[in-house]
Amino acid sequence: MTESTLETSGRNGLDESGAQNSAVPPRSSRGHRFTSYDVRAFEVPGGREEDWRFTPMKRLRGLHDGSASATGSLEVEVTGDSAAKVETVDRSDERLGTAGAPADRIAAQAWSSFTEATVVTIPKDTQAAEPVTVTVHGPGQDRTAYGHLQVRAEPLSEAVVVLDYRGSGIIGDNVEMIAEDSARLSVITIHDFADDATQVSSEHVHLGKDAVFRHFAVSLGGDLVRVNTKVTFGDRGGDADLLGVYFADSGQHLEHRLLMDHAQPNCRSNVTYKGALQGDSARSVWIGDVLIQARAEGTETFELNRNLVLTEGARADSVPNLEIETGEIAGAGHASAIGRFDDEQLFYLQARGIPYDQARRLVVRGFFGEILQKITVDEVRERLEAAIDKELAAAGE
Amino acid sequence: MATLEIKDLHAEVDTEEEGSKEILTGVNLTVRSGEIHAFMGPNGSGKSTLAYAVAGHPKYRVTSGSVLLDGEEVLEMSVDERARAGLFLAMQYPVEVPGVSMSNFLRSAATATRGEAPQVRHWVKEVKQAMSDLEIDESFSERSVNEGFSGGEKKRHEILQLDLLKPKFAILDETDSGLDVDALRVVSDGINRYTESGDKGVLLITHYTRILKHIKPDYVHVFVKGQVAESGGPELADELEESGYVRFTGKKEAAAQS
Ligand SMILES: Nc1ncnc2c1ncn2[C@@H]1O[C@H](COP(=O)(O)OP(=O)(O)OP(=O)(O)O)[C@@H](O)[C@H]1O
Ligand SMILES: [Mg+2]
Repeated sequence: MTESTLETSGRNGLDESGAQNSAVPPRSSRGHRFTSYDVRAFEVPGGREEDWRFTPMKRLRGLHDGSASATGSLEVEVTGDSAAKVETVDRSDERLGTAGAPADRIAAQAWSSFTEATVVTIPKDTQAAEPVTVTVHGPGQDRTAYGHLQVRAEPLSEAVVVLDYRGSGIIGDNVEMIAEDSARLSVITIHDFADDATQVSSEHVHLGKDAVFRHFAVSLGGDLVRVNTKVTFGDRGGDADLLGVYFADSGQHLEHRLLMDHAQPNCRSNVTYKGALQGDSARSVWIGDVLIQARAEGTETFELNRNLVLTEGARADSVPNLEIETGEIAGAGHASAIGRFDDEQLFYLQARGIPYDQARRLVVRGFFGEILQKITVDEVRERLEAAIDKELAAAGE
Repeated sequence: MATLEIKDLHAEVDTEEEGSKEILTGVNLTVRSGEIHAFMGPNGSGKSTLAYAVAGHPKYRVTSGSVLLDGEEVLEMSVDERARAGLFLAMQYPVEVPGVSMSNFLRSAATATRGEAPQVRHWVKEVKQAMSDLEIDESFSERSVNEGFSGGEKKRHEILQLDLLKPKFAILDETDSGLDVDALRVVSDGINRYTESGDKGVLLITHYTRILKHIKPDYVHVFVKGQVAESGGPELADELEESGYVRFTGKKEAAAQS
């Protein structure tokens, strides 16, 4: 049996149409979260807490309870457009931590534990024509490393940044992505680790006035990858699009938790994540929280998660959640679905002579196509298409 | 000269309420190339089930009997092998495949059934011609397979595939239903273009007699409760138009002409 589960909370449940101008008081807020830079301010999670209930705690390899002390380091390489200013700074740099504070114990642990941070700055009014690629290599098998990265697009600047995680090891890190006033920043994050890797990453996204932020999150490799992405708006007119694709194989746990925190009026956010799962105990978790605070009038937000369960024994959890504290919104809605691989689609393609493997590839590519199409960096898009084909071939069904 | 022989075919489907349920109760039918067989029967008699069973849909389980294409057992082939062997099913409800463009799909299907990728230049022309014959706008090429197509647009695209893939045998499952008068003419012309060469066999499943004004059948079969109840020439269709299926079912149901 395929144990796919679907949970919904918030007012719309499965309704795809979206709510218009309606305010519903949340029963218990998931949007207003405790944050602290101090790891001691967080209790060691046991696994039953709302934030952790989907995560296999043992496979965190001690990142959550203080037992994983740093035994290695991340190797960070930055290549690409020379307009980007790249610095390695120490903990005392005052720019660090400005995009947001840690919201869970592992983020706080990473914050307390890193020794040096990489800061990539796109200077004011500069357009980086080429992508800037930040490659982060894990510390190696069974070694632990904590990291900190900040990508800052200064006012009126424009850039595409590729954040490419590779290698092995146990990694806890914080990533700050800042789009200052009227900046246009795209960040493509690729979690393509070796099979042994564990990564818990907290992404803090902050948008200035009229800033445009585009995020593509791609999770393919690793034993456990858990990514927390929180978007905050500093002023009006912020526009955030967050797209994600993930492909969980046998034994993999891929978890994406998103929080769109609308505290400013007239901002927009759109979240679309799609995942495929195959193989025994392949596991994905998607939590999409949207908080529209009382003063965030004119907010427009939509979030969507779709999962394609390709084989028996894989399991996807999807929890969208919308908290609305003002009646004056432009539109809000969410949708979430977990589907079995569609036999009808497969039959239709095969009935036209297309062999099974190719038909399967077409359907899965089609499923992800809507998102992959929007990746403007050709090499990255092609790499992902190839990776997805490879995953499908590996299933050997 | 090819032959499609269906012999004493029994098939069942798993239903939620009743467990497995036998729908085809012994179908016998032979279609030779060059012949058009109209296949008519009341709702729920199992016409689509027969079409799906021959095409190999996983939902329908064949319990006994055989389907031979030029003496080869079709039931032992996978769905795609059947199509490559020359069988085609135009579905009553064509399936939407999001994210796969019509042009990619058609090319993949042509490559598979022809055994090699068609030359790009010829192919583009061929598709263009076939689309314009069926009065399909070029913009459909870039749309996802059947996604958001109207009922009539889906049917036109089924016939587009028929014209491009030119299978030995085509089972057309209610391709006429849901079409307005103009669309019916366009689609019928498409089917007639396909059979023009004289070496194709067609099993034309229909609930109505109106399509038979455009496509002249050589044989007409009445299908009731999972079996062929009677076979005859075109005059049988005339009788059905006059008096419906009542003689076969004992119930009053007109073969609506609409
Ligand atoms: N997947 C299924 N689950 C349950 N019952 C089914 C299924 N498919 C077919 N049946 C039943 O089998 C019988 C025959 O259905 P079928 O669709 O083959 O009839 P049909 O002759 O094509 O009817 P129509 O003229 O309405 O298209 C019906 O009673 C139908 O309800
Ligand atoms: Mg039918």
